[in-house]
Amino acid sequence: MDSYIAFPHSQSAHCESGVTANLLRFHNIECSEALAFGIGEGLFFGYLPFIKINNLPLTTFRGAVGSIFSKVNKRLGVTVRRRKFRSESEAMDELDAKLLQGIPVGCQTGAFWLPYFPPAFRFHFNMHNLVVIGRDGDEYLISDPVFEKVVRCKRDDLQRARFARGALAPKGAMYYLEAVPENPDMGGAVLQGLTKACRTMLRTPLPFLGVRGIKFLADRLEKWPKKLGEEQALLYLGQLIRMQEEIGTGGGGFRFMYAAFLQEAAEILGLPQLFQLSERMTLVGDTWRLFAVSGARMCKGRAKDGDTYNELAGILRQCGQSERAIYGDILELLQRSQR
Amino acid sequence: MKIEEVPQDKGMIGDHGHEVCYAVGDNGRYTLSPSLGWEAKNVVNDQAWAVIVEETRQMHRLVQSGKLSPIAYYQAKNQMDIALLACYVDMAKWRVKRHRRPEIFRRLSERILQRYATIFGVSPAELKTIPEIFSPECIRRR
Repeated sequence: MDSYIAFPHSQSAHCESGVTANLLRFHNIECSEALAFGIGEGLFFGYLPFIKINNLPLTTFRGAVGSIFSKVNKRLGVTVRRRKFRSESEAMDELDAKLLQGIPVGCQTGAFWLPYFPPAFRFHFNMHNLVVIGRDGDEYLISDPVFEKVVRCKRDDLQRARFARGALAPKGAMYYLEAVPENPDMGGAVLQGLTKACRTMLRTPLPFLGVRGIKFLADRLEKWPKKLGEEQALLYLGQLIRMQEEIGTGGGGFRFMYAAFLQEAAEILGLPQLFQLSERMTLVGDTWRLFAVSGARMCKGRAKDGDTYNELAGILRQCGQSERAIYGDILELLQRSQR
Repeated sequence: MKIEEVPQDKGMIGDHGHEVCYAVGDNGRYTLSPSLGWEAKNVVNDQAWAVIVEETRQMHRLVQSGKLSPIAYYQAKNQMDIALLACYVDMAKWRVKRHRRPEIFRRLSERILQRYATIFGVSPAELKTIPEIFSPECIRRR
């Protein structure tokens, strides 16, 4: 073995929050994935029909790529070193050098090129994060947060994945933690992440973002079959469900993960009311799941009574309304507790 | 979602272990709970693959009837549009489009062929042909 770092790999639901939590844990900051997701203000919603992926509109349930990692580190006072490369060989050499120094290195990669991925997951998706923790001859040892165990990947393949092209090309991006505070202010960070996320969801002035975006999507979705035709409407619907469930969200478009965060926040901030809000968030997640079940039946051509675009839009509106109330109540609670 | 509600529907993950979901345990607290997959997800994943298979099947037909060069087939098989393929081979889109014409493709230099072959994970000789019969199974294998 050329290099091997004892790394606290733990399987996560989502790659970026998982990498963030695992790297922090390596540096002795106890932080769960859900906590990283909450501090990093991961929760979001946006329906962006003018951005197309494979000719299908983009829906997102989380903030911008890379923002969870950078916000968590900023809020905890961690110094991060981040690099991109022009030369592929330089990018690989630099990775080797860091590994020899005993530093686990996070990399942004294109999932399409990672051979250890199950074939069904291999799409051109350039925002997959993983941590390289060692090298054994021609192979790297990788802590890929969405996998159960540490995986192995050939050097050529990793190089190709790090230099995937197209939208959001990683350009060999790698990052590692340089300096970590001894006693980071968890409470302050949680408070910041919580307030910011709720505010963004409620107050973003654009109609297709935040809770208003959910209603916007519902209004659009109702018109899909007429506007696009039955076949295309089903593709739109399928894509939406994939964004909500498949892209490592931990279920219900990250809403369950956020509910888990609210429980941790309740303890860290000493605000037991957040437990009830977590329960309400769980119900919202369940409603999102209901949407996916009903929508998937339609995609499969097995629609039951009540599986119609109007009904689906109704479920979405319900999600939007419940979320609006939850974020409002969280902000009110935080305001009251600070007085 | 309660722990006992975490779905265990085998499908897209296949034999590659399991993923984890956030679920509520008996004590009301969240834990990470393993899941073998979920029917709703399997359905929409299959749907996405069906689109890729259909596109590739169509390209296979067009290549066989001599309307397009094999590049069009391999491009579809690798889920690329012309813009993405052009990024990968470091060429302008119009050049890639031109290389999809059989009469132009036949005259391509080994050097250019090699660039395409590397991206598609085939040899330059393989690149000049496509499978006799289209099989949907070959799409996910590379």
